[in-house]
Amino acid sequence: MNRPADYYQRDRRWHPPALAPDYKTSVSRSPRQALLSIDQTMSEITGPVFAASEIEQGDADLLSNYARPGHSPIGERIIVHGRVLDENARPVPGALIEVWQANAGGRYRHRNDRYLAPIDPDFGGCGRAISDAQGNYAFRTIKPGAYPWRNWANTWRPAHIHFSLFGSGFTQRLITQMYFEGDPLIASCPIAQAVPDPAAVERLIAPLDLNAAVPFDALAYRFDILLRGRRATLFENRPEGN
Amino acid sequence: MPQKLPYLKETPSQTAGPYVHIGLAPGAAGFDIYKGELGHDIVGPHARGTRIRVEGTVIDGTGSPVRDALIEVWQANADGIYAHPEHPGEVEEGFRGWGRAITDFETGLWAVDTVKPGPVAGRDGCMMAPHLNLWIVARGINVGLSTRLYFPDEAEANAADPVLGMIEWQARRETLIASRAEREGQPLYRFDIRLQGERETVFFDI
Repeated sequence: MNRPADYYQRDRRWHPPALAPDYKTSVSRSPRQALLSIDQTMSEITGPVFAASEIEQGDADLLSNYARPGHSPIGERIIVHGRVLDENARPVPGALIEVWQANAGGRYRHRNDRYLAPIDPDFGGCGRAISDAQGNYAFRTIKPGAYPWRNWANTWRPAHIHFSLFGSGFTQRLITQMYFEGDPLIASCPIAQAVPDPAAVERLIAPLDLNAAVPFDALAYRFDILLRGRRATLFENRPEGN
Repeated sequence: MPQKLPYLKETPSQTAGPYVHIGLAPGAAGFDIYKGELGHDIVGPHARGTRIRVEGTVIDGTGSPVRDALIEVWQANADGIYAHPEHPGEVEEGFRGWGRAITDFETGLWAVDTVKPGPVAGRDGCMMAPHLNLWIVARGINVGLSTRLYFPDEAEANAADPVLGMIEWQARRETLIASRAEREGQPLYRFDIRLQGERETVFFDI
């Protein structure tokens, strides 16, 4: 039996380090020992499979999935769309994408969020979708607001949407955040700036996409997500080569 | 430059933040929105094997429980087969092998109900001891942490496990082995994940 192809090694210098002291919570929540690198086995190469039938079409529409009948959330109506690809630029179909975010005022619908900006009665703030055969996905939502958090005395998160991704293998599992083009708070955010390479930070910033806007309805931002790619197994377990 | 390599770079990771529940466990955040939340049922009703409960805490470098973590489990069935098209073999109807749990907002305890997995073939045909693959995210964790839970009642298989065997430091291997108790006649495995410091859990770069 041929073992399925391995995934490329994750470039740990491209991702933020575990210990990023400007992001204070990471100080006591980062391992002090080095990660142990292991060869991939079935445990890493496989991962959960999700069927499109397990979620509802409306789950991807944050403008309506928590709104009272006849109501809409307050805020800037936007579409966030893009493709899920791998490092070989191949589409990742069937990827489960889950998103969550604050409302237009920067307030989360969460029992632990005590920020004085009010809850929007018509906005939940979460959505989910499964990428199509070409790796495409799209959400409709409102643009989240910035919000303060206790890091330094006056630290504000840039507007962002959290993204959670499943590819085909558990080793591709990824959680990240999407920021918005031109947001001046990105430059001073200890979480965004924990990513060491400015080119990598850039990859988290979604450009405005006027071509995908719906006139007189919603603006659009484009956010492509890259998951780990897989090597062609040239010799290791295929005597015939590639 | 004819041989320019066309590989792209993975999207950089970011912390899941304090409100990860909204997206991945909205019921816990305090509101219901989906017809069905994903990740509550790991094995389905037809799974063979021993039903077990696994519970534990996530402890930070100060010794305090982390009360805003999310843990995902990925495991094979009792025959050592993963519910994935690339793994030859069949699993029981309804067996997904994946689930997620959150640490309780007050106690910090997380728990999953599942079945004990069987041994899975490793590389080069050697068998890996039964294990659960765990992935941990939370505020303060910039890239999700991967680890494995092994079972204390599998001493012989654990001794031959190629991944445990790779851990050069004998004392650190023990951080991956749960402890066993019984509750109402059912096996209960306790697995505390220590993010930092004394008896720090082994985390893998997979």
